[in-house]
Amino acid sequence: MSSQSARSSQHTTTIGILGAGRVGTALARQALKAGYQVCIATTQPAADNALLVDIVAPGAVAVKSSQAAASDLVVLAIPLHKYRTLNPGELAGRIVIDAMNYWAPVDGVFDDFERDSRTTSEVVEEFLRDARVVKSLNHIGYHELEEDDRAAGAPMRRALALAGDDLEAKAVVESFIDRLGYDAIDAGPLAAGRSFEPATEIFTGSHTANQLRALIQKARPLAVAA
Amino acid sequence: MENTLEIGAYSFGDTQRGPDGSSRSTAEAIKNLFDAIVHADQAGLDYFGIGEHHTVSMPASSPGAIIAAAAAATTRIKLGSAASIIGTDDPVRVFQQFATADAISGGGRIEITAGRGSSVETFPLFGYELNDYDELYAQKLDLLLTLNNSSTENVTWSGTARPSIPQLDVVPRPVQGSLPIWIATGGSAPSSARAGRLGLPLAYAIIGGQPHRFAPLANLYRQSAAQAGHSGDNIKVSVATFGLVAPTKKEAVERMYPGWVNLNVEMGRLRGWPAPQRGSYLAQVDAPNAYFIGDPDDVAERIVDLHRHLGHMRHFLQGDHGGLPQEHLLESITLLATEVKPRVERLLAAK
Repeated sequence: MSSQSARSSQHTTTIGILGAGRVGTALARQALKAGYQVCIATTQPAADNALLVDIVAPGAVAVKSSQAAASDLVVLAIPLHKYRTLNPGELAGRIVIDAMNYWAPVDGVFDDFERDSRTTSEVVEEFLRDARVVKSLNHIGYHELEEDDRAAGAPMRRALALAGDDLEAKAVVESFIDRLGYDAIDAGPLAAGRSFEPATEIFTGSHTANQLRALIQKARPLAVAA
Repeated sequence: MENTLEIGAYSFGDTQRGPDGSSRSTAEAIKNLFDAIVHADQAGLDYFGIGEHHTVSMPASSPGAIIAAAAAATTRIKLGSAASIIGTDDPVRVFQQFATADAISGGGRIEITAGRGSSVETFPLFGYELNDYDELYAQKLDLLLTLNNSSTENVTWSGTARPSIPQLDVVPRPVQGSLPIWIATGGSAPSSARAGRLGLPLAYAIIGGQPHRFAPLANLYRQSAAQAGHSGDNIKVSVATFGLVAPTKKEAVERMYPGWVNLNVEMGRLRGWPAPQRGSYLAQVDAPNAYFIGDPDDVAERIVDLHRHLGHMRHFLQGDHGGLPQEHLLESITLLATEVKPRVERLLAAK
């Protein structure tokens, strides 16, 4: 198990992005910059996205969702309220980053999230059943993602939080975040992702690794209580 | 790519504040907006956009009514919505209001920009379900285009977002046969591609980040249009940004700041943002960032520089929010028309 873990985190080479909006395309460009192979899928046929992908994320490939889902690492970058359009079968067993947020003032009020006290990522994980969900990349603005990156070890490098219940999946995501240009800070189990959901200090700010660790620590009793 | 650039302003209405920070009347804000449009026409500005909003601080809920009034009181300026939230309105009524304004104006200077809006107040207000958002928008845009493209008053349309129209008259017709209808977007790739496929002009609202990063999106829009067989005058891009012009950059930055704070405090309350920081404001006011706030030289140079990336044919600024004093808005409009516009023309000619 541990040797497999080391191998998978070292050899993550293909990134599948579901969603071609602002977040999905910014992530695609940043992943390409980091040297990954990137494919993008939406609910539209791949051919309909080819021109879009060629121009907005040159180097990435437009594919159908089942192909994107077969990547080493999959990023969910669709509006959260459309999460039921995801295909749980395609994503079974896959390491999946949930970069989505519940943002009622913009997207409207949805009962799936209002009537559920869990974090949105837990709701998504339950829907996806067998995916290995890690919550991350949701608390950085899409244009900041391409502007705030720094080399590993650079002073004041920005840090991004992640949360998940699958340690091996988290190791893969940590390595991905580092290659994108950010320190990765493990906030704990998926439920601890509450500490970087919208309207939290982490969500609305920009923090170094030490600052982020302190904020996660501060939020911890709250996350457990919730 | 266009070689001329229309210069304009846009507003959502801006309710003034009393000394204690409380809101003055929304009626005053509408009258101020009307006065600003008339002033813009007299100063020689090319375009004024009115964006449908439904809040106490931004009360321009009825662009069609303001534009009809302004159509009668102006002679040259182009007037348009920026944008009309068509998903929660009746496209028949929107079209009729703007065609009426077009008739009053003499014809040819009234435009509709269809958008989704960045907030969702219109859904509860008019009794729509947000879950139907995409479908409502798609169908109502289709109806609006059907009305506009019709060669006669008699129109037929069917759909589920609104009662069907079986060979009914929709009047008046625009003076020149149809109105320019634009699509507004905050800059997602799929919406840029969609506007291109529809062959409609595209209005980008760029409210943060670095505007020149929209270049691939504008390219995607143009290539999507070409791929779908659309060419000609309808394939064009406009850009709306925050901005304010004053005699000096320092004055412009100081004039816009209090309103920016008020806006961000209000939006922060709604969306869970932290208290606004002066540093994040100042980080946006210089090239190549999002706020076109400065003296005429600075703003003109930045508009022309952005034109190198986007090839847009119209750039329009919003400076009045959070209670900008009316005299500062009027002075900015004067400077845009009399100082920025000729500089932009000179700089473009020198390219």
